[in-house]
Amino acid sequence: MTVSSVFDQLERLLPRVSKPIQYVGGELGSVRKDWDATAVRWALMYPDAYEVGLPNQGVQILYEVLNEQPDVLAERTYAVWPDLENLMREHGVPQFTVDSHRPVRAFDLFGISFSTELGYTNMLTALDLAGIPMNASDRTDADPIVVAGGHAAFNPEPIADFIDAAVLGDGEEAVGEITAIVRAWKQEGEPGGRDELLLRLARTEAVYVPRFYDVDYLSDGRIQRVVPNRADVPFRIHKRTTMDLDQWPYPRKPLVPLAETVHERYAVEIFRGCTRGCRFCQAGMITRPVRERSITTVGQMVREGLEFSGFSEVGLLSLSSADHSEIGDICSGLAQQYEGTNVSLSLPSTRVDAFNVTLAQELSRNGRRTGLTFAPEGGSERIRKVINKMVTEEDLIRTVTTAYENGWRHVKLYFMCGLPTETDEDVLQIARLAHEVIRAGRAATGTRDIRCTVSIGGFVPKPHTPFQWAPMASPETIDRRLRQLKGAINADRSVGRAVGFRYHDGQPSLIEALLARGDRRVGAVIRRAWETGQRFDGWSEHFSYQRWVDAAAAVLPEHGVDLDWFTTRERDEHEVLPWDHLDSGLDKTWLWQDWQDALQEYEQDDCRWTPCFDCGVCPSMDTEIQIGPTGRKLLPLTVK
Amino acid sequence: MGAKKNQPEQNQAPVVQRVRLRYAKRGPLRFTSHRDFARAFERAVRRAGVPVAYSQGFTPHPKISYASAAPTGVASEAEYLELGLQAEVEPEQVRAALDEALSPGLDVLEAVAVGPGGGPSLADRIDASIWRIDLDEVDPGQVEAAVSAFLGTGEVLVERMTKQGRRRFDVRAAVVALTTRQVDDGVPGATSTPRCAILDLVVRQVTPSVRPDDVLAGLRVVADLEPSVPPRVIRLAQGRLTAQGEIVDPLRADDVPIPDGSLVGGPSN
Repeated sequence: MTVSSVFDQLERLLPRVSKPIQYVGGELGSVRKDWDATAVRWALMYPDAYEVGLPNQGVQILYEVLNEQPDVLAERTYAVWPDLENLMREHGVPQFTVDSHRPVRAFDLFGISFSTELGYTNMLTALDLAGIPMNASDRTDADPIVVAGGHAAFNPEPIADFIDAAVLGDGEEAVGEITAIVRAWKQEGEPGGRDELLLRLARTEAVYVPRFYDVDYLSDGRIQRVVPNRADVPFRIHKRTTMDLDQWPYPRKPLVPLAETVHERYAVEIFRGCTRGCRFCQAGMITRPVRERSITTVGQMVREGLEFSGFSEVGLLSLSSADHSEIGDICSGLAQQYEGTNVSLSLPSTRVDAFNVTLAQELSRNGRRTGLTFAPEGGSERIRKVINKMVTEEDLIRTVTTAYENGWRHVKLYFMCGLPTETDEDVLQIARLAHEVIRAGRAATGTRDIRCTVSIGGFVPKPHTPFQWAPMASPETIDRRLRQLKGAINADRSVGRAVGFRYHDGQPSLIEALLARGDRRVGAVIRRAWETGQRFDGWSEHFSYQRWVDAAAAVLPEHGVDLDWFTTRERDEHEVLPWDHLDSGLDKTWLWQDWQDALQEYEQDDCRWTPCFDCGVCPSMDTEIQIGPTGRKLLPLTVK
Repeated sequence: MGAKKNQPEQNQAPVVQRVRLRYAKRGPLRFTSHRDFARAFERAVRRAGVPVAYSQGFTPHPKISYASAAPTGVASEAEYLELGLQAEVEPEQVRAALDEALSPGLDVLEAVAVGPGGGPSLADRIDASIWRIDLDEVDPGQVEAAVSAFLGTGEVLVERMTKQGRRRFDVRAAVVALTTRQVDDGVPGATSTPRCAILDLVVRQVTPSVRPDDVLAGLRVVADLEPSVPPRVIRLAQGRLTAQGEIVDPLRADDVPIPDGSLVGGPSN
């Protein structure tokens, strides 16, 4: 059955909405295929506005990998803004893909990539607009299989009611395997319907199907156990790891939007995973081990990606880009290749290290030196030991001074507030540090024309990290500390005037914490918040703390728990955590030990350069660290 | 130390040739805003390997200048821009390469090299536009009456948000011609929606600019004409308005040598 485009209906609504270009598709790199010529069809969603969702690497990679298979169709869909949502409801236009404007409900699979938990309400909007029953249990064979992926899928329990399946870890190979299972099941005539298909997916041990597992609770509200409710599914589901990134050089044909988006650049991931061991960092914990992309593949991807896209900016991405074993040669090689071409290169410099200044200098041959960013994360030496961010104050001053000396006028410093064991004093140290930075910078450069911006966010404890047991600081505590910090920065006007201060208030973080460490009972809170109008939780103009608090107060008490229970409560060693049956490879005993080390202010080294400390990932996932150096260099580009 | 180090070192290559282009915004891509188009065009220039010249400074910008752009959501067959190149290239080669590098729906239709001396700038070659407005699900008789009422009024004030805030201005004076017809005579025998009318509109460029939606607002003001579905608008031509009421194509005008300072009154070709 051919599925037709809803564009004619949509087109009439577009003159009445803001930024209509985001809904029409037509991007360079986008793919249109004949519906009937394909066997398996995916609708892929990034559950935020197009301007945020389009540049997402995960979706772009899966889109390209899937569409490379001739009999597979992948199209994209994004969250529509409330102005269009209202018109779509009024005129009966369903959630559509931007590629060929096909209704999402017609696809076999509806894959949603959650970088954060703040996309959950947007998923509900999309399901509802698509005409897909919101509860997975109400879906029929006419509905797509709704699959969640991305980092938030490492604890999909809060959205267990709404999804049919979740995939943990790297998607490149996982989507291929899921596609193969769906293809075979369809070719066989869809035996056993939806249930049989989900069962086949679950048996891979790499796809979590929440409906096949029951959660039992203790009388005090804690989880007693999570167990399969049928004999033929695995007890634990394991994350996927893509090894040898040189075999997966995606995106090759990056999507180039007509609409303005948050990142207008060709981004290449120079390695995946991180073993720095920052204890707050979920990404660093769940993406182990480190797998580098080789210097030559990076060079080739940059060259082809720029030729294809016409972008003038290249981002060398990873969790800690300066740690690539050949980062020096990558930066100088690319800088040389693109010198004088108006192509600018950037490295998200997050680690405090003078070496990063050298790299940034290399990369900025073509461009501006407006800002450089470092992330000490914690204000005091003590708290940096707790979070395992091994940076001394001398390191920071030396690094920042080097930057000022080399022509940077503005340095940004990232910090967190509300970290475990944090005191007011730990946060106030940030002011002293910022003042020191300005004084040292002025002394080194002989000019007063230097600035630094302190940017500070609230810490949210995440699953699969040593801080998964930690109590979250209350919004009142965070807001009080931020007020004190602001006062301390401005107390000395002679240096304080050169320090900018940016912060987020504590309330949104508390809701993120509820969604991050919640269990299946939180699903009703999400549903309730959505029903009362909650959308676009990552946007301060759309986020309503009160709506979430009310939703939690309406549905949680019947279970004997509340918002605080999920967020500011400390868990003990033996509590069954909602995600214990989902295997990130990290040994829970090791995580607990690392949590204890944090409390003792013991630091943990990086296993790339020191012996293995048995976090558990490599042996349990059958993976290994893949790093260079390869000893190869980037050659000058031949002139066209 | 400091200031000097902050400056980019190389100088950008100078402009040795200028090329003017006509391009179209068609179909769904008519929702491309001017900013969106400009970004996409800069990328297309790089993809196509067109040797565009760049401005000096920290953030060198490609030398591209645009003539007045059609509003977002309005299709156009007649948008214009001028490119400064750092090497001489055959205009047709530039056109084909850019057209190939842009998404279908953003189509580069014509290119001409700017003659020696250059003559008047693009902006000086354009002072009026021809628009066509398709109104669906309307009573053609009512449209006709509205047009008559509009043309018979000396001043029609409408309100619109501009960069300067909400402004009230006259739309009547800028309208050179406004006619209505029922069937698209370009497509013989076409059976479009039974209740539909087409407006042909010629508007002079003024400040604040009078756009097709302002004229539609004017029809609402004078005759309560309120289409229930959004009108489809297309710009068919832009150029200089002659005394005879014709539009002179800004690219064709280069074929005819224009003596300096003889612009007022317009050339006849």
